[in-house]
Amino acid sequence: MSQVAIIVNGKARKADVEPRMLLVHVLREQFNLTGTHLGCDTSQCGACTVLVDGRSAKSCTIFAVQADGSEVTTIEGLATDGQLHPLQKGFWDAHGLQCGYCTPGMIMSAVTLLRDTPDPTEAQIREGIAGNLCRCTGYQHIVDAIQLAAGRR
Amino acid sequence: MYASNFNYLRAGTLAEASALLQKNPGAKVLAGGHSLIPLMKLRLASPTVVIDIGRVPELRGISLSGGALTIGALTTHAELAASAAVQDAAQALSEAAGHVGDPAVRNRGTIGGNVAHADPASDLPAVLTALGATFHITGPGGRRSVQASDFFKGMMNTAVGEHDILTTIEVPARAAGQGSAYAKFEHPASRYAVVGVAACVIVNGGTCVAASIVLCGLTSTPARAKSGEQALVGQALTRETIAAAAGKVGTDLGSDVLGDIFASAEYRAAVAPVYVRRAVEAAASRAR
Ligand SMILES: Cc1cc2nc3c(=O)[nH]c(=O)nc-3n(C[C@H](O)[C@H](O)[C@H](O)COP(=O)(O)OP(=O)(O)OC[C@H]3O[C@@H](n4cnc5c(N)ncnc54)[C@H](O)[C@@H]3O)c2cc1C
Ligand code: FES
Ligand code: FES
Repeated sequence: MSQVAIIVNGKARKADVEPRMLLVHVLREQFNLTGTHLGCDTSQCGACTVLVDGRSAKSCTIFAVQADGSEVTTIEGLATDGQLHPLQKGFWDAHGLQCGYCTPGMIMSAVTLLRDTPDPTEAQIREGIAGNLCRCTGYQHIVDAIQLAAGRR
Repeated sequence: MYASNFNYLRAGTLAEASALLQKNPGAKVLAGGHSLIPLMKLRLASPTVVIDIGRVPELRGISLSGGALTIGALTTHAELAASAAVQDAAQALSEAAGHVGDPAVRNRGTIGGNVAHADPASDLPAVLTALGATFHITGPGGRRSVQASDFFKGMMNTAVGEHDILTTIEVPARAAGQGSAYAKFEHPASRYAVVGVAACVIVNGGTCVAASIVLCGLTSTPARAKSGEQALVGQALTRETIAAAAGKVGTDLGSDVLGDIFASAEYRAAVAPVYVRRAVEAAASRAR
């Protein structure tokens, strides 16, 4: 067992983990942050996307021990004072989801996109979420939602 | 999916990483983890000891001096793609790094891990071969440097030995009249190269004086298109001369082309000339 100390959504957390434990499992099972989803478990779908030290990362492809000392932000960390993050609001208003399974990962990828490219074109949005698969929407409303959020910031 | 159990050690310095690697037979180095962790989850790799080099400061950073770019092995694909120095001095590398996988993969995956892993469908081995990179390695016998032409030895087999650490990659900075580009037909899900082509040309007074064309995705190691290169040298780079050179790539590839469930060997070989043409045209348009 190794002890890891991670700042999750601004709060210092500690956990005892086997080195082979993936970050996604520690977030979900030890910290009870089940907003981060496990989809493919093979680094392809992006459902597990979180921010590690401010940049999007697939938490199914990181051992929790690698994140020791890092800052991790999950979907639960985006809203402030009960106010939805502009991207959460954008997904709500533009119907950017159907079943919602891909949504937390989509939003975390979009957070990184909008930080790097505050005023993205449609092509840049599609490239920004290229690592996130959606089985429901056909992507158009997701692109609209991100565009809406970018325009409102 | 869980990897087999292993002992996790984190190295703080290069010297420490080297010492740990020599003390622990069967240990594997972990950089960005975006090739090793998927293999471990599938249990295609089950190292008993994993040495995390992710925070070794000596392995970070990009610098341009003395006519060469020096790139630390831990430089991520995202950092490479965002670097103005790389964009100016090694156009094809900048372009290829920006098209590795997807943004989250580029935030974690490193140039060192990419070439040390040496997947035939990886982009950077072909690019670094076309640009004439040198690989600097630290191992039990001290430091050594290996040219790209000797670095990639076989499928997932490189000059980096079991107890070695790849430290930096040196890329000659763009010479006068040089342009380079990378064109790929990517797998629609993983975005690995089905066919990838790196091209680098030097044009002097309207004539091509040097050319290198290297393909990935087709063969177990980066494949140099020698006849295509020869067909360009001494010519003005026009649509016609470039198309003629691209048409020769079949001879260079020979019969060793790999196929898989997504694209057969015949299909890859048929597509290759199209991407050679696109890469050389883009390189020629950037030559200045
Ligand atoms: C979904 C997905 C899509 C991808 N798409 C592409 C793509 O389109 N094109 C592409 O080129 N790649 C692609 N990749 C691979 C990606 O580029 C990896 O990041 C890269 O191949 C490995 O780099 P890493 O830092 O993650 O290495 P790791 O996974 O940490 O290590 C890989 C191997 O290299 C060894 N190693 C790492 N660093 C060193 C070092 N400094 N010295 C000695 N040995 C070392 C390790 O021991 C291990 O054997 C993709 C990966 C994923 C998960
Ligand atoms: S669960 Fe991590 S990428 Fe699909
Ligand atoms: S909304 Fe169902 S997977 Fe995207």
